[in-house]
Amino acid sequence: MPTLTRKEVEEIALLARLHLESEEVEAMQGELGAILEHFSGIASVDTTDVVPMTHAVPMDLPLRNDVVLPSLPTDEALRGTPKRDGDLIVVPAILPGGPE
Amino acid sequence: MTELAQLLEDYEPVIGLEVHVQLATRSKIFSSSATAFGAPPNSLTDPVVMGMPGALPVFNRTVLEHALKLGVATSSQIRAKSRFARKHYFYPDLPKGYQISQFDEPLCENGHLDLILNGAVKRVKLQRIHLEEDAGKNTHVGAVSHVDLNRAGIPLVEVVTAPEITSSEEAAEFMRSLHRLVRWLEISEADMEKGQLRCDANVSVRLRGEDRLGTRTELKNINSFKFVQNAIDHEIARQLRLIDSGGRVERETRLWDAVAGQSASMRSKEEVNDYRYFPDPDLPPLVVDGATMATVLRTLPELPVPRFERYQKLLGVSADDARTLVGDRALADYFDAAVKAHPGEGGRTIANWMLTELLGALNAANQDISQSAMPPERLAALVVLVETGVISGKIGKEIFEESYRTGEEPAAIVERRGVQQISDEAMLWSIVDRIVGANPRQAQEFQSGKDGLFGFFVGQVMKETQGRANPVITTDLLHKRLGR
Repeated sequence: MPTLTRKEVEEIALLARLHLESEEVEAMQGELGAILEHFSGIASVDTTDVVPMTHAVPMDLPLRNDVVLPSLPTDEALRGTPKRDGDLIVVPAILPGGPE
Repeated sequence: MTELAQLLEDYEPVIGLEVHVQLATRSKIFSSSATAFGAPPNSLTDPVVMGMPGALPVFNRTVLEHALKLGVATSSQIRAKSRFARKHYFYPDLPKGYQISQFDEPLCENGHLDLILNGAVKRVKLQRIHLEEDAGKNTHVGAVSHVDLNRAGIPLVEVVTAPEITSSEEAAEFMRSLHRLVRWLEISEADMEKGQLRCDANVSVRLRGEDRLGTRTELKNINSFKFVQNAIDHEIARQLRLIDSGGRVERETRLWDAVAGQSASMRSKEEVNDYRYFPDPDLPPLVVDGATMATVLRTLPELPVPRFERYQKLLGVSADDARTLVGDRALADYFDAAVKAHPGEGGRTIANWMLTELLGALNAANQDISQSAMPPERLAALVVLVETGVISGKIGKEIFEESYRTGEEPAAIVERRGVQQISDEAMLWSIVDRIVGANPRQAQEFQSGKDGLFGFFVGQVMKETQGRANPVITTDLLHKRLGR
């Protein structure tokens, strides 16, 4: 009893950069649909006077002094990089600008 | 096709700006790597910047102080408790797959920035100022792109105006004013060539009198004052021509190409991003405590636009000069110090000397005011010598030049060179009388209407006195002697 359309699942997969085979899309319609259904149960609770909670632990943001510490050595930082050109990371061509 | 000017009579442009400003901190917003510009690629990273699993962000206190200064300086409402959110997108310059930003609870809201536009103050409303981290830098080389993550994690404020800017000129002036303000507050170098101040513009047009906003396009990559103006002008024209020819403006993002002087579509609305914002679970609410706020308020300098108004109203400085003086905080501070050192009301005269002689000397040496060889007190002393008639303005310029070069006090130079102005009427009369007597032909021609010859006589008196004759008295006596 899926509550998600095929198109919706495909959009979610695209946003997550996941490739789904056709039968996987169908499976996800069901599985994601069930998760959404679960949330719709939570959403039905009356929260009119409840302040939204975004953190489980009540604490303020800790502040750090503006002090510089050594960075990672470049080779260490780039160890997991599939392709390098000197100290630059090489990726397939992308459109200039990009989101900000 | 209808002329653009004609279309602009019927339609008005509506512009909103989103400006990113890099804050001047030593370390990054959420980690301790340095923020230096121009370091070797990928040398300023750490596990937080690289988005390593398990690495946790820790917020930099100075970022908050800098942002609060901007918030207070723009009369924004400061949120006592603001929140960081994750903005998700996939791009090679963003290792985590999300940018830490602020979404529905930004630090500052509902402020305004005052611009000096055509000599008057114009107010632009700000919707919000929020904190976020910068992304890395992509460079495009043929079939591949290069990524340098040194910039990733540099603190940014994003300043978002209300959609109420009505011309490209005003948009450019907004950029200049914001640039001046963040430098004034010493919270950013705002060097546009280093990308420390970057602007996106939302542009739409609507029939005049219409309340609803037209469909907007977003212009990206307009990173100089000139480009802001050119790109917006170009986009307004493009939209008006499109409407005029029966088309419709599409919601899209366009990229400004400064070399070609035109924009190209980058993303259409079909591809509009879904950023899936949600509160960052790694970062509890950012709380502004009273002590931090008190420090910010105590250390806030007098701002450029209030100074612009004070210089005119209280010191009698012209609007043009006042605008120049507040163009740079060091310049304004120099002016204030000189005015303070002047025993009378010397504002207007000091402004003249500063903006002509002092800036002239600095420009000639390619220096700025902080490198001035003449302290403000000495400039004030020189101005007093001229104002009280001890020396003429012309001699004053020579004294300025010598004092600037040697560091000697103006009064000492005047004494040593014996160039005190001659204001003794009897002495000047004898000189005037002699000169007119020695030039009967010129005197006669002047008397029969050749006005230009008056300057000849003034010049002769000045030559005779080595420029020391009081010009006002000299003029007066010459008129008397020549009979007109």
